[in-house]
Amino acid sequence: MDTGYTVKTRFVPHLMNIHEYQAKAIFSRFGVPVLDSHLVRPGDDVEQFCESLESHAWVVKAQVHAGGRGKAGGVIRADSRQDLASAVSGMLGARLVTRQTGEEGLPVQAVLLEAAVQIRRELYLALLVDREAGQVAIIASAAGGMDIEQVAQQAPDKIIAQHVHPAAGLQPSQVRTLAYALGLQKDQVRQLQAILFALFEMFISSDCSLVEINPLIIDGDDRLVALDAKINIDDNALYRQADIAKLRDATQGNRDEERACELGLNYVQLDGRIGCIVNGAGLAMATMDLVKHQGGEPANFLDVGGAITQEKVAEAFKLVVHDARVKAVLVNIFGGIVRCDLIARGILDALQSVSLKVPVIVLLQGTRAAEGRKLLENRDAGLHQADTLTEAAQRAIRLART
Amino acid sequence: MSVLVGRDTKVLCQGMTGAQGTFHTQQALDYGTQVIAGVTPGRGGSSHLGLPVFDTVDQARQEHQVDASVIYVPAAFAADAILESAYAGVPLIVCITEGIPILDMVKVNAVLENSDSVLVGPNCPGVITPGECKIGIMPGDIHRPGQVGIVSRSGTLTYVAVDQTVQHGMGQSTCIGIGGDPIHGLDFIDCLALFEQDKATQGIILVGEIGGQAEEQAAEYIQEKVSKPVVAYVAGVTAPPGKRMGHAGAIISGGKGGAEQKYRAFEKAGVTTSHNPAELGALMRALLDR
Repeated sequence: MDTGYTVKTRFVPHLMNIHEYQAKAIFSRFGVPVLDSHLVRPGDDVEQFCESLESHAWVVKAQVHAGGRGKAGGVIRADSRQDLASAVSGMLGARLVTRQTGEEGLPVQAVLLEAAVQIRRELYLALLVDREAGQVAIIASAAGGMDIEQVAQQAPDKIIAQHVHPAAGLQPSQVRTLAYALGLQKDQVRQLQAILFALFEMFISSDCSLVEINPLIIDGDDRLVALDAKINIDDNALYRQADIAKLRDATQGNRDEERACELGLNYVQLDGRIGCIVNGAGLAMATMDLVKHQGGEPANFLDVGGAITQEKVAEAFKLVVHDARVKAVLVNIFGGIVRCDLIARGILDALQSVSLKVPVIVLLQGTRAAEGRKLLENRDAGLHQADTLTEAAQRAIRLART
Repeated sequence: MSVLVGRDTKVLCQGMTGAQGTFHTQQALDYGTQVIAGVTPGRGGSSHLGLPVFDTVDQARQEHQVDASVIYVPAAFAADAILESAYAGVPLIVCITEGIPILDMVKVNAVLENSDSVLVGPNCPGVITPGECKIGIMPGDIHRPGQVGIVSRSGTLTYVAVDQTVQHGMGQSTCIGIGGDPIHGLDFIDCLALFEQDKATQGIILVGEIGGQAEEQAAEYIQEKVSKPVVAYVAGVTAPPGKRMGHAGAIISGGKGGAEQKYRAFEKAGVTTSHNPAELGALMRALLDR
């Protein structure tokens, strides 16, 4: 199983996030029951809309790409039209800060209104690809509505799983195994079967890497309903999921991370001062680790990948040196498929339009390292070359302090 | 002696006429690898880099001995290419391609469970037995024939490990990049078993990274079954857990998979570890000199 670490490439495949309301629209299309809802965007006449509603309780949900909304004021129950109007106008256009967003928070550009319902039970349901088994797994727990990672750590026996063999597909017996373990009644078992078969079909046909419903509720009329909906799509499969690819919301990501994504770079912003430009996800992590090990703090993870061009190297270089937090840059390339002379040329291209304000330490090894090193010799006073990774990291840290 | 590949290994290249296939096939030929043919659908009967091109793996197998195939086809077609080689009975399949949809690999995984073919990768640098056979994208000239077996989930970190052994006067028996994808072929334990049996291998360097349980399982296996000295490195100690997106990922394992947990597993198993990839060579040297 994966830990959910996000340095994007390896540990989980690239994940594309979509909003709850988009996920619920997909749920509906496949026949997974969700509540009636209404989406409000900036510019909609909130007051008039609230007037048009029948008077009963509603739940107002901020649409952002982050968990922990409830505790952060991103999910508010409104028992009157006035409360509803003020909750909607308070959220819309604001930035929501949750435990997953960082200090800046994420912009709320849509809110979802759903009728408040009576909840008899809260269950947890997820479908994901289990890397150890190499199969899609269905995970369920009777402890719905809670942080599932806490449940996993404190009471792992409360979590039940069924793996779906690709040749057999999902079997009704597997649904029954899950349903009876969850303590469902006969009619609820039938409902869960319809839901799971729909979810499994959706998972496969939409190239999902994760589908999570927390909670899946049993309402006052004994109906199973998805109260929340989270879908992650495998980025590697977006080429055959054109409709879903269109749902990408760039406003929900870090600006530099979105820019890097457009350039085809694997980039994650961190909190330190040493900018890192590396080829390969493993070496990029190792470089971050070594910077930290030597007493520095990495400002980012950046893997230029194997199919890099000179132009992209230049763009990657500009991305990192333009980051105002960065006080020194460490370029660590071990050429394999990537040629060091191409990296050097990309850096030189970037230097034509950027004047270096921070020192850059470059370590080139492997394919065409000698040619690359020669190209960079005596080109800029701020450009330093190192012979070993330890030396490169130490110099970057030292120069960042001066 | 070596593992998986050697001087007699006959290699077929799927996607040989593409840009990557062309470049790396030429590099492999220059290294002395016995690449015997290529496969590109629709190009059968032609020749490329002086080698015959076939439309299908099956056709190539009918005319040539094929011990291994290497795959450079684009991600959208790579799972199909792996299966084509498996159905044709190719013993060793090395898939370099990165970015294969994970649900495609779920299918491949199910087929390979009941197949005699062995898959290395995908999303890997490949396999090299220095001085004999290079299958993949690793720079050949950094390698030296020798006594250290290297197995790694990372491409570039494998090259660092290779360089480390050379810097400290050692060489490599065979280097295997098992790939960074969540679902892949050979795993650490398979490779450790091969190295344990291989006479040429005197020590093993294992390069892991965060995510999954492969390192923890490898640690247990080493404790029970591996007599040769092992040095392990795990990348990702500083990877930020706070920015997670795949929330449910940790459920089955109960929050395992972090680098420090992996280090603890190795240390508990008596494996020598390093937090600096630039120390791998010195540590291996010291163990072999004991």
